[in-house]
Amino acid sequence: MAILLIAEMREGEVRHATFPAVTAAKQLAELLGTEFDILLLGKGAQAGAERLKDLGAANVLWSEAEAVAEYTAEAHAQAAADLVNEKGYTAVLAAATTTGKDLMPRLAGLLDAGMVSDAIGFEKGDEGIVYLRPMYAGNAIARVVIDTPIHCLTVRETAFDAATPGAGSAAVAEAPVNVDAGGLKAKFVEYQLTKSERPELTEAKVVVSAGRGVKDAEGVKLIEQLADALGAALGASRAVVDEGLLPNDLQVGQTGKIVAPDLYIACGISGAIQHVAGMKDAKVIVAINKDEEAPIFEVADYGLVDDLFKAVPKLIEKVQAARAS
Amino acid sequence: MNFELDDVQTLVRDTARRFAQEEVAPLAAEMDKTATFRMELVKQMGELGFMGVAIPEQYGGGGMDYRCYSIVVEELSAVCASTGVVVSAHSSLCCDPIYRFGTEEQKKKYLVPLASGQMLGCLGLTEPQAGTDAGAVRTTAVLDGDEWVLNGTKIFITNGGQAGVAVVIASTDRSAKHRGLSAFIVPADAPGYKVAKEEHKLGIRASSTAELVFEDCRIPKENLLGQPGEGFKIAMQTLDGGRIGIASQAVGIARGAMEQAIAYAKERQQFGQPIANFQAIQWKLADMATEIDAARLLTWRAAWMKDQGFKNYSREAAMAKLFASDVAMKATREAVQVFGGYGYIDEYPVERYYRDAKITEIYEGTSEVQRMVISRALLRD
Amino acid sequence: MKIMVPVRRVPNPDVKVRLKKDGTGIETEGVNFLVNPFDEYAIEEAVRITEKSGGEVFLVSIGGPENEETLRAGLALGAHRAYLVDLGGECYESSGIADILAAVFKQENPDLVILGKQSVDTDNNQAAQMLAAKLGLAQACFAYKVELQDGKAVVQREIDGGLEVKEVELPAVITADLRLNQPRYASLPAIMKAKKKEVKKVTPADLGAEPKNRARVLGLSEPPPRKAGQKVASVDELVDKLVNEAKVL
Repeated sequence: MAILLIAEMREGEVRHATFPAVTAAKQLAELLGTEFDILLLGKGAQAGAERLKDLGAANVLWSEAEAVAEYTAEAHAQAAADLVNEKGYTAVLAAATTTGKDLMPRLAGLLDAGMVSDAIGFEKGDEGIVYLRPMYAGNAIARVVIDTPIHCLTVRETAFDAATPGAGSAAVAEAPVNVDAGGLKAKFVEYQLTKSERPELTEAKVVVSAGRGVKDAEGVKLIEQLADALGAALGASRAVVDEGLLPNDLQVGQTGKIVAPDLYIACGISGAIQHVAGMKDAKVIVAINKDEEAPIFEVADYGLVDDLFKAVPKLIEKVQAARAS
Repeated sequence: MNFELDDVQTLVRDTARRFAQEEVAPLAAEMDKTATFRMELVKQMGELGFMGVAIPEQYGGGGMDYRCYSIVVEELSAVCASTGVVVSAHSSLCCDPIYRFGTEEQKKKYLVPLASGQMLGCLGLTEPQAGTDAGAVRTTAVLDGDEWVLNGTKIFITNGGQAGVAVVIASTDRSAKHRGLSAFIVPADAPGYKVAKEEHKLGIRASSTAELVFEDCRIPKENLLGQPGEGFKIAMQTLDGGRIGIASQAVGIARGAMEQAIAYAKERQQFGQPIANFQAIQWKLADMATEIDAARLLTWRAAWMKDQGFKNYSREAAMAKLFASDVAMKATREAVQVFGGYGYIDEYPVERYYRDAKITEIYEGTSEVQRMVISRALLRD
Repeated sequence: MKIMVPVRRVPNPDVKVRLKKDGTGIETEGVNFLVNPFDEYAIEEAVRITEKSGGEVFLVSIGGPENEETLRAGLALGAHRAYLVDLGGECYESSGIADILAAVFKQENPDLVILGKQSVDTDNNQAAQMLAAKLGLAQACFAYKVELQDGKAVVQREIDGGLEVKEVELPAVITADLRLNQPRYASLPAIMKAKKKEVKKVTPADLGAEPKNRARVLGLSEPPPRKAGQKVASVDELVDKLVNEAKVL
């Protein structure tokens, strides 16, 4: 009756989003009065499993089998489904990363299970576990129950603290994977990752985001300078991504990344509903916009009505001076 | 007439609204400031059928009715009145007369490129001595062999500076006064066609208003539009349709201003609360909304009559334009008032709406002329 | 190539939804409903494929009679015909929707299914992947670029940190992300043509589908509001507050 967390690897490394997801798994397991296992698939999983063994899981299962060495939803969902059926897990969860969002609904489809996306909390109700999740760009919190014997869910990493080592030692074992690599209809070809010195958007303590107000590549450069002065991650509004000024995976919002840094600085962002959905859980929000009536000021803790082309250079200077002293 | 939009009309509105918000609105302030219309919008709108909404598809248009035309002009004008009038003057004053009075050859040669947005059109009617009094037109056209030779000056010509073709009203028989007027299709590249001057205006600054001079301007004989002597009739019927366009523009301006005022009133805090909580503001908004709806209904009625093929809807078109232009003036004035000091500076667009609104009381027949048309219909026989 | 594109009717995402007082849903009075924005990218991609190399695009919308408006909007973007699956007042979450879509797929046997990556009302991002699983098809979610080759598609996918390239055998299920293309505006003649295109009205039973809900929303509530912030007059004041008041610098 245990539950299973599917951890995430890329290019041999356990991805950070796994750690808040472990916390979610722990909370859910406690609520259900059971324990949780972790499944780690892909190249380097054996070594990765060692990293995950003292996070509170009962078992850490890993596989580097050929069919699952690289991530495809097809192979990983099949391998996970086989394991769930074999071990009788009653709930399966993963972080709501692009991988989790790709994988988990497929797994739910294979298991004929109900699924909850982007869970931010759990509680016990009359009909079992009630999952809390945002809907309508975060303007509603839905209470959802799942009616199938197996529950599938992705969890929003910003809603859970990252799990830290020290909670006992799990049994580490190789997972049985019998997926036929030749029978798969999909094939991983390659990653084309953006190389960046900046921290990852979803992990950063400080995020600086560029909106339509930055106008062009020059404006983007200015925002990048501010991000670098602060050691921050760079984000963008949908308009900026639409314009092709910054890549898609930097988009903060309902349909992009959900972030919750200690400090979020929105530069030239009007504050459309769908953008706010991605950043309103930041601890401190700063908005710099020349339009005094921009809706971003409704959610900002500190609003500066000013032309970003004047304010941001000054801010960079101040930050650099403060860092130097 | 149905008060609700049907599926097609709803789609037309949604498409026009989205195009207006995504493509036109970001350019509006800049076009106003520089007093230059971005011609790429004409091309884009042509591809969507906006440059000839009520012209059949076979002639490059959108193949819709006048109700849809009114909807498109309103949506464009709600974000940029200049764009609204560029489309309206082009469609009502140039495409429409060619469609209704032109020969098949004329339609193929001129209407297709016009309605599909490959070029812009205008109407040359007003002259220094002949504004409202169309019978006083002094521009002449004389047949010389296989060509008409035009001489004269047309002023305040909307789209004049950027048009590729003009429908020009000229006298072919001065002694017959308005019965001696004829209409011509004059390409801008005809010899003797000159854009003499661009006007600097209070509002609708992005749209071109030019003086056109014809000096021994020669056009082929077959460019006569309709029959000789039909010029006055063509001009008057054209203006009836044009008034639906301007009424729609006025409704759009008023609605755009109201929407800005509503958004601002909800945001702007005074005495610790949004000013929308104050009755003084609420009543302004209520009046605006009521009057805008009334103006739109009058406009749609005139459009409906045109769609139904009513021979005469001059009175209804005049009423729509008279009322809607008045509503545009009031709504923009009140919108500026809601914004207070911010309404008076160009950081916010309402001051542009306020400037743009005034022309709707003047062009395509002043409000006084509309009253004349209406009262004439009331007092007839 | 025959391409299936499911489309969803959603409340205008640019307008903040209002919840019903009893938390059973959202207020729909006076709300403008549109085609789910991501579905427009899906339609555009499908239409471009058929414009380039022939074939047809059919849409599927699941809901009530009002979905015909949604379908007409999609048909005006260049799709050729449509299914309206009328639920007769029933309501299904993603897995039930996937049950119905799978039934349509079995009737039509398209070469490709393209969907929007998520609908912007429920934000589930589930139906496409579930559909692929039910049908045993490969999936390529969050497409940035789709290249069709002989019997397969090479898809660049938007993932955290960049792109991933994946090859899928056809028929496959693809979901569209933001940068896949720039959806066109419906032209007026296209809107007119859309009026005459076939919209086949069916029920789940007609399709042989037995949809079921595997999850249920018990209720909706407002998220806790953010406390009001303050305006600062200058960069100096901003930095001062961030350092001394908020203590985040």
